[in-house]
Amino acid sequence: MKSQNNIFLNIDWITILLYLVLVLMGWINIYAAVYSDEHQSILDIGQQYGKQMIWICAGIFLAVCVLIVDSKFYVAFAYHIYVLILFLLVAVLFLGREVNGARAWFEVGGVALQPAELAKFATSLAVAKYMSQFGFKMARTKSYIVLGTMMLLPALLILLQNDTGSALVFAVFFLVFYREGLPDVILIGGFTAIILFILALLWTQLQILILLIVVSLVLLIFLRQRFKDGIIGFVLVLLIYGILFGLKNLIGFDATPFQLMVLTSVLSVLAFIVYGLKNHIRQAWFVLLFFIFSIAITLSVNYFYSNILISHQRDRVDNLLGIKNDLRGAGWNVHQSKIAIGSGGIVGKGFLKGTQTKYNFVPEQSTDFIFCTVGEEWGFLGTTVVIFLFLTLLIRMIYLAERQRSTFSRIYGYSVACILFFHIVINVSMTIGLAPVIGIPLPFFSYGGSSLWSFTVLLFIFIKLDASRTKNLR
Amino acid sequence: MDTYTKRQYLLIGIFCLASVAMIIRLFYIQVIDSSYKISAASNVLRRQINYPARGLVYDRNYKLIVYNQAAYDVLVTPREMKAFDTLSFCRIAGVDKAELVGEIKKARSYSLWKPSAVVKQLSAHRYAALQEQLFKYPGFYIQARTLRQYPATIASHTLGYVGEVDQKKVDEDKYYESGDYIGKSGIEQAYEAELRGVKGISYMMVDVHNRVKGSFEGGKMDTAAVIGKNLISGLHADLQTYGERLLAGKVGSIVAIEPATGEIMIMASSPSFDPGMFVGRERTKNYLTLLNDPLKPMLNRAITSSYPPGSTFKLADAIIGLEEGLLGPEIRYSCSGPRTTPIKCTHNHETPLPLVSAIRESCNSYFFQAFRAIINKYPTTEEGFEAWRNHLMDLGIGHRIGADLTAENAGNVSKGTYFDRLYGKNHWNVMTIRSFSIGQGELLLTPLQLANMVSIIANKGYYISPHMVRSIQNYDHTERVLSFEKHVTQANPYLFQVIADGMEKVVDGGTAKIAKVEGIAICGKTGTIQNPHGAAHSAFVAYAPKEDPKIAICVYVENGVWGARYAAPIASLIIEKYLNDSIAPKRKPLEASMLSADLISAMHLTGGD
Repeated sequence: MKSQNNIFLNIDWITILLYLVLVLMGWINIYAAVYSDEHQSILDIGQQYGKQMIWICAGIFLAVCVLIVDSKFYVAFAYHIYVLILFLLVAVLFLGREVNGARAWFEVGGVALQPAELAKFATSLAVAKYMSQFGFKMARTKSYIVLGTMMLLPALLILLQNDTGSALVFAVFFLVFYREGLPDVILIGGFTAIILFILALLWTQLQILILLIVVSLVLLIFLRQRFKDGIIGFVLVLLIYGILFGLKNLIGFDATPFQLMVLTSVLSVLAFIVYGLKNHIRQAWFVLLFFIFSIAITLSVNYFYSNILISHQRDRVDNLLGIKNDLRGAGWNVHQSKIAIGSGGIVGKGFLKGTQTKYNFVPEQSTDFIFCTVGEEWGFLGTTVVIFLFLTLLIRMIYLAERQRSTFSRIYGYSVACILFFHIVINVSMTIGLAPVIGIPLPFFSYGGSSLWSFTVLLFIFIKLDASRTKNLR
Repeated sequence: MDTYTKRQYLLIGIFCLASVAMIIRLFYIQVIDSSYKISAASNVLRRQINYPARGLVYDRNYKLIVYNQAAYDVLVTPREMKAFDTLSFCRIAGVDKAELVGEIKKARSYSLWKPSAVVKQLSAHRYAALQEQLFKYPGFYIQARTLRQYPATIASHTLGYVGEVDQKKVDEDKYYESGDYIGKSGIEQAYEAELRGVKGISYMMVDVHNRVKGSFEGGKMDTAAVIGKNLISGLHADLQTYGERLLAGKVGSIVAIEPATGEIMIMASSPSFDPGMFVGRERTKNYLTLLNDPLKPMLNRAITSSYPPGSTFKLADAIIGLEEGLLGPEIRYSCSGPRTTPIKCTHNHETPLPLVSAIRESCNSYFFQAFRAIINKYPTTEEGFEAWRNHLMDLGIGHRIGADLTAENAGNVSKGTYFDRLYGKNHWNVMTIRSFSIGQGELLLTPLQLANMVSIIANKGYYISPHMVRSIQNYDHTERVLSFEKHVTQANPYLFQVIADGMEKVVDGGTAKIAKVEGIAICGKTGTIQNPHGAAHSAFVAYAPKEDPKIAICVYVENGVWGARYAAPIASLIIEKYLNDSIAPKRKPLEASMLSADLISAMHLTGGD
């Protein structure tokens, strides 16, 4: 049919409108962030806002190119693109230009290109292609291995470039996998791990152990749907602890409350195993597994924290959790960023009236901290509108993804939504002190050609796929 | 068939939850928590204080006695500082390296971002040198201030000095901030409000490097500095200079008042100091030197020290006697010379004698009898004493009289209750307190009070609160003349004629013949005050001319042996200088001997006490 061939007929104009609005808002805020009296023209290409205009034009050109290309191309060449980008990621390690300690940039004719940005849509394409092949099942070891490798390869290469933030983005594919059938347990386990990580840094081991015992027993009640088992568990634990405590005072051996608690849990676990075996309670094994898994994570946090995190990353985590409060050092960025956003009030200081960003109190104000300008000049109204626009875009993505006939398109759509989600949440959260400072850009807002183009391509491939949703793509 | 379709809602849920969390957080920091707004203001706003020039001080003839000179503080913002050549900086600024390093350390601990002064009160000369080189020292700025300058080094005690405001004042008065200057004594303190002007404050916006980016809200909140008002003082700079020269080498003071107005023309205290010592970088050191000097040069003996008045007090006896109707031109008392009891009289003169002669001869016996008559006029000693004491209060004795003087001593006239405590009620009488009659005993007056007492006689019955400043100059150079309280005594004006006659005779052939100046009718009274610690003090009070008095004066020279030895000649020379403009050739030798007399060195040579 004729209509099927006209790419502009089936395009989702709502998404494109959202895209244009966000890009335009980003441009205006970059202008405000670096505005100075000497260079007032927003078209001054000597300034960042002038350049951003060029990047936007180029981005729109790219978007049109992406739309013109036949959608079958993306399916057919998904792996090729992925491999090409992996190759670029390797090459940049040797040939790239080093900026701020990260060797992540190619410089082509005055335009800096960051392969890490391209890896996002490349990986999305590859993942979508793999998962959409006939007979694919998520819950299979082979699937885990292949998908895990697809995720980890670019992430590791990006880590080698010293760009931790961009590497972490790939973790968001778990959400995509979840939509396609990843067991709940893994998602729950992931969240539990994150919560335990934070608690392990804030609480003592004794507190965590007590919490785990309580949670495990509550979990048992929940799974068994029987209140009695939980009560027995509680009584058992208290009894063992009581006996140990009494022994300690009677015999007088030395033990800290924590050591006592450890001994209690070991004995309780043993009792629990015996009890579970005797009564053939399947759920008991699950609870036991949860308990031991949690203990293992808690114990590994310290190792991870002190041996794997680099000192400045540790500082950022410390400042976020309030363990340290170093406003002049590692906490400076976030502190100033919060001041800028917080001083905006309800309606903001007005366009170009922001003092904190204009006078450079906020570092990286046009790139990673562009949200500060929004917060300071447009206030709570502005920030809410931006978040609302982003949320609308994300939900629109899911809506579009779900209406695809082709699995490939759906998975790719979810990848786009999840990648954007990760960027938005982490970027905004770090400017308001909800997440550690992870240097990743705010999609469509942050200054920079590479990131704008990669988000444009990422999004427009999906728009193209959606436009040709009536075709069967595989 | 896709079995996991429902999971889309979980993902949408996660997206919504995250968005809501961010919006809640944003609501908290943007709308609820106002601390970020304050932090933002303190980030970008810098208050810059513009110090106005302090008002000038003129003497009664509009001769400038205090003015300002620009001086410069070097400020540093530690955060902007880069490594620099400390040695050459110290050479240009003329500071010690260790001192500079210490100050920078202090500044650093105060604030990395806000400027603090590390070198204070740089001279104009050094400023010029430093200004040229300042580009080499990022983070350093220069702030202009004004410093007090004194064309003639006179009247240090009276003018007072200006110093950094103390913390207590900063807490009390919102106008002042730590580091501001304030009048610490004398006129500088008394007229602080007029002299200081109003500080100007401008708000500047700065960037993260503390570079000024422009004024805040177009300067709407800025206030302009208003310069201080000028003062016209009653001081007579030339006479003050002359008085200080005459006092040089002696410990003592001079107070001269214009009787008609109460304006203080001379207030000199010796030993003195250069008022410039309290200005500039050396002031702390100088302050300590002065503080530790055994002769206490910082003490303003004219108003802060109080002495027994000796025979000069007989004038007060006379006034009170006249007021009480117990003395009169014709009333005489007898005197038996050295054999008189209870107070002997060393003088050889007629007896019984009238008031005029009694003043001329300074007859102890006469004034004791007069004193006794006053006290005994009342039914009890207490009542008599109280009445006598009240007369003294009327004469400005026993309480502060200055209108704008700081650190003025009230002197002392003991109350009747004091004697009740000492001797028991009704266990003392006029005999117990007889030494009051000759200006000794529990009686202490400041030289100012003595000069003021003479003023009353000169004015025939009143005085105007003695004051330093006559008027305040407005910005349009008109003057606002200050008004001061007029105190009228109970005595009938014509009675003072008798005292004036007596005082004239003191100089004209009496105890102060040495003070006689050809052509000027000087009315005076000597005093020789017994001093248990050494030589007697020399005191002389006078006014002149007798008709239409222009000047009332008190000269008090510690250890001056007797009244006519130093005090009377010095007073007469000042009167002569003021009324005749020059010293008669005949009196030049006297002037020379007064100028050269050095009691301080003599005292030290003989071993002090």
